[in-house]
Amino acid sequence: MSDKTVKTERLSVFKTYKLYIGGKFPRSESGRVYEVSDSTGNWLANAPQASRKDARDAVVAARKAFGGWSGATAYNRGQVLYRVAEMLEGRREQFVNEVAAAEGLSKAKAAAVVDATVDRWVWYAGWTDKIVQVVGGANPVAGPFFNLSTPEPTGVVAVVAPQESSFLGLVSVVAPVIATGNTAVVVASEKAPLPALSLAEVLATSDVPGGVVNVLSGRTAQIAAPLAAHQDVNAIDLAGADEALAKELEIAAADNLKRVLRPQPVDDWFATPGIDRMTAFLETKTVWHTTGALGAAGSSY
Amino acid sequence: MTIEKRSSAFEYAPAPESRAIVDIAPSYGLFIDGEFTEAVEGKVFKTVSPSTEEVLSEVARAGQADVDRAVKAARKAFGTWSALPGSERAKYLFRIARLIQERSRELAVLETLDNGKPIRETRDTDLPLVAAHFFYYAGWADKLEYAGFGPDPRPLGVAGQVIPWNFPLLMLAWKVAPALAAGNTVVLKPAETTPLSALFFADICRQAGLPKGVVNILPGYGDAGAALVAHPDVDKVAFTGSTAVGKQIARTVAGTKKKLTLELGGKGANIVFDDAPLDQAVEGIVNGIFFNQGQVCCAGSRLLVQESVHDELLDALKRRLSTLRLGDPLDKNTDIGAINSAEQLARITALAEQGEAEGAERWSPECELPESGYWFAPTVFTNVTQAHTIAREEIFGPVLSVLTFRTPDEAVAKANNTPYGLSAGIWTEKGSRILAVANKLRAGVVWSNTFNKFDPTSPFGGYKESGFGREGGRHGLEAYLDVR
Amino acid sequence: MPTTAPTAHALSDVTASDGSLRRFLHGLPGVDAVGLEARAASLGTRSIKTTAKAYAIDLAISMVDLTTLEGADTPGKVRALGAKAVHPDPTDRSAPATAAVCVYPDLVGVAKEAIAAAGGAGKVKVASVATAFPAGRAPLEVKLADVRAAVAAGADEVDMVIDRGAFLAGRYLKVYDEVRAVKEACGTSARLKVIFETGELSTYDNIRRASWLGMLAGADFIKTSTGKVAVNATPANTLLMLEAVRDFRAATGVQVGVKPAGGIRTSKDAVKFLVLVNETAGEGWLDPHWFRFGASSLLNDLLMQRQKLATGRYSGPDYVTVD
Repeated sequence: MSDKTVKTERLSVFKTYKLYIGGKFPRSESGRVYEVSDSTGNWLANAPQASRKDARDAVVAARKAFGGWSGATAYNRGQVLYRVAEMLEGRREQFVNEVAAAEGLSKAKAAAVVDATVDRWVWYAGWTDKIVQVVGGANPVAGPFFNLSTPEPTGVVAVVAPQESSFLGLVSVVAPVIATGNTAVVVASEKAPLPALSLAEVLATSDVPGGVVNVLSGRTAQIAAPLAAHQDVNAIDLAGADEALAKELEIAAADNLKRVLRPQPVDDWFATPGIDRMTAFLETKTVWHTTGALGAAGSSY
Repeated sequence: MTIEKRSSAFEYAPAPESRAIVDIAPSYGLFIDGEFTEAVEGKVFKTVSPSTEEVLSEVARAGQADVDRAVKAARKAFGTWSALPGSERAKYLFRIARLIQERSRELAVLETLDNGKPIRETRDTDLPLVAAHFFYYAGWADKLEYAGFGPDPRPLGVAGQVIPWNFPLLMLAWKVAPALAAGNTVVLKPAETTPLSALFFADICRQAGLPKGVVNILPGYGDAGAALVAHPDVDKVAFTGSTAVGKQIARTVAGTKKKLTLELGGKGANIVFDDAPLDQAVEGIVNGIFFNQGQVCCAGSRLLVQESVHDELLDALKRRLSTLRLGDPLDKNTDIGAINSAEQLARITALAEQGEAEGAERWSPECELPESGYWFAPTVFTNVTQAHTIAREEIFGPVLSVLTFRTPDEAVAKANNTPYGLSAGIWTEKGSRILAVANKLRAGVVWSNTFNKFDPTSPFGGYKESGFGREGGRHGLEAYLDVR
Repeated sequence: MPTTAPTAHALSDVTASDGSLRRFLHGLPGVDAVGLEARAASLGTRSIKTTAKAYAIDLAISMVDLTTLEGADTPGKVRALGAKAVHPDPTDRSAPATAAVCVYPDLVGVAKEAIAAAGGAGKVKVASVATAFPAGRAPLEVKLADVRAAVAAGADEVDMVIDRGAFLAGRYLKVYDEVRAVKEACGTSARLKVIFETGELSTYDNIRRASWLGMLAGADFIKTSTGKVAVNATPANTLLMLEAVRDFRAATGVQVGVKPAGGIRTSKDAVKFLVLVNETAGEGWLDPHWFRFGASSLLNDLLMQRQKLATGRYSGPDYVTVD
């Protein structure tokens, strides 16, 4: 035995990326993975290739989580979303690296993306207890009634995340869905799924109840099709679907009249989002209450 | 239970509203670009009075070529109409509202003749709401920037609108008023069994001096409706009708830029708790399912009654149903009019027979049905469970299915156990329970201690397979504005 | 006709104690004001045909308790009223007599004589308000003396007022006992009408509870009001009381009458009330024995309508008698 040891660089530990379903990190039920590369073609990792069954499990998990999440107070949901921002801030460097690799950005640009993404969580965290006041209200009906319209989450929303903006774009479509009390099944960017899969780790450690967000990676068309046809999914955001796929999914979605948000051209994910992505997945419930008079009293002697 | 027989000495009138007040022409054309015109293919169809089967008029039947003409006229008109100052558009709508009020008696009689519903309803519900709807949206036309859809909301363009036969003129108002207020132009297809009030509305547009092509009316069948929603130059599709057709329309517009709103079917639960104001609940149940012969998408067609008051409530309900007056819809004392068509009658009849075949217990008050026309006696099914067809499918007729529950949780679970989600009713004197139950119901409109109330300021529309989008109120504007 | 004697029935035990009575009354189904008023309004849109209208107007006349309850009442006024009750239309002897005249206890005798003199003895009843009408604020013994005086003077019917103060204070058994005592004082010769003064009870829930309380205590009639407060008979409170008598008969087999009083002035209004009776309690109540109008000016309007139906011309106030 020699006393000399060969001085080598430390071998890094690879991460096994997994799906995120019902608060757990399973491998794909199919047992399949696919290669994910950076913008210059270097291998980054293998990502799980989610199957139809994974999609189904994710819907079951999202449905199970819906009652609790939609029934939570708006204040509580705001706290949870803010907690996501806090957790993300703490893992800023990790995400800067992942976004830089995934989207081929310089470190500085990737840092700007991550910062904007953190800020986006903060923005939506503040919306949870305001959107009801902004889009709901009392209606002055002509009669002895008190009539109030309130927005309510539509239910389980399938989100086909943007293909290009794998992190800021992803959060920009997921956060509004859950801010209002919906639960989400997210199909991550097909070619850049790693930031989404890492985000799941942040969600799992920031008080977001299991099942509120479920993240699937794999072939977008293969995963989105069963989601669009699923009778227990209430809505679908087609942000990351191309024209042909979007049409196909919209047709499938008609079977149970899902609310469909068609792909919207987004020039600049950094811009202030507006409330459209929240209202797209809100129902308006209008409740009529009888009022009537206090009573017809009157003594005159 | 004993049911008091109505006194023979104390008879109500035949108190018919005068038919003479409405002058129905022997034939009508399509209304395109401000003119009445024949259909390109020259086709016509007859519209009959459902209570007598009398032919009321012969109406031009729109085809694909007519849809093209109408959309073209609407497109041409869109430029100038949308460029008008909102305050000017508002005044046109106010004019229309006033003209409807002036002619409301005539229109009520017309609607009753063509639809078969009682004059009491057209006079007291349909027509006042029609006028109110135009008044409401008239006021929005010059205030759109305050509606919460951004600082400069723009109209969408040409709206293709397809409406049903159950509230012909009211559904027209729900569609046309917000569309015009927002600056769109419209092509509207009324239902084939009830084209007349829409054609009279065309005349009101003429009297109001509405620019040509802003409103186009295309009487016709489903093929015309399909052509309209598929037309490439239509920017907005609004449909009220069956869920099956709604799904087909959703597929048709998939992959296009067309904005879509759908008001579809329902299987509304009317939930009666043991502490309900019983006498008013009975009225609400009756109004919920027998208003417009139950041909209402938001009808309270499932009565969910707490088991502990089931017998008491059913006795009271049956006693009350025995006082309902079925007959000539033009008679001001009539509570229950005719079913709209032979086809609808056949569907109701078949579903009711299926209810019986599946073992539910059928009951109707003693009730003489007129010999001609389409009639169906008010019908109550008891011993119904969630598994019965009559508890799941929309019957769209005067047929009530009675189910029971034991706890509020069970009531909510049963109420929500349907692919539909349009309406629900809650009857209880306990305020906190109203709020808790209303909160849990997956339905777009919930009435507590009342039922089937409508108002132009109040958004209406469903969850789940009852459709999407809202009509009425500030919310109703969104469907006709380019908000993103 | 069913008797209305306060016999033992299914609900006898609810009056066993203050607590049980309270629990029973508060256990009655609540009333939703909006729904009740909407139903009353909707029945108001019924229209009845001409032949039925003639019947309805005659029926309404025969249901009138022709009333004078003024501090300034004199024998002369009451005699005129008695004569009018028997022959309401001086130009048409076929006009039916009213059900009763209604006066203060000290004028019962005069009313009896006037009716007899006009040939209406036994046909037109004499009703007397009693129990310190209209406020009811007097010791029980005074109220009972008031009743006994009226009965002794020949009153066929006694219109008592309940102690609204006790009712509103939740002392239901006190109200009940008082009605029982008055009923006893009426004996077998006089029917008892119990006035709730619905305008003072104010809420529909209270009116329903008072109705059941009155019926449990043996009321032959339940009556809305004295005519002395701002809100008297309305279609809605009358509809509510009709529901109560309907339900009470279903529960006990005992039929009780209803008397809206005050504020009903036109034939049109009266017919609307008859529609309420017809569609709520049913034809069993379309009889002066079970339904009354407490009114004064209503009668002249009914008579003018009657003349119009007979002649086709509109009548005028010169063709009916001033009271």
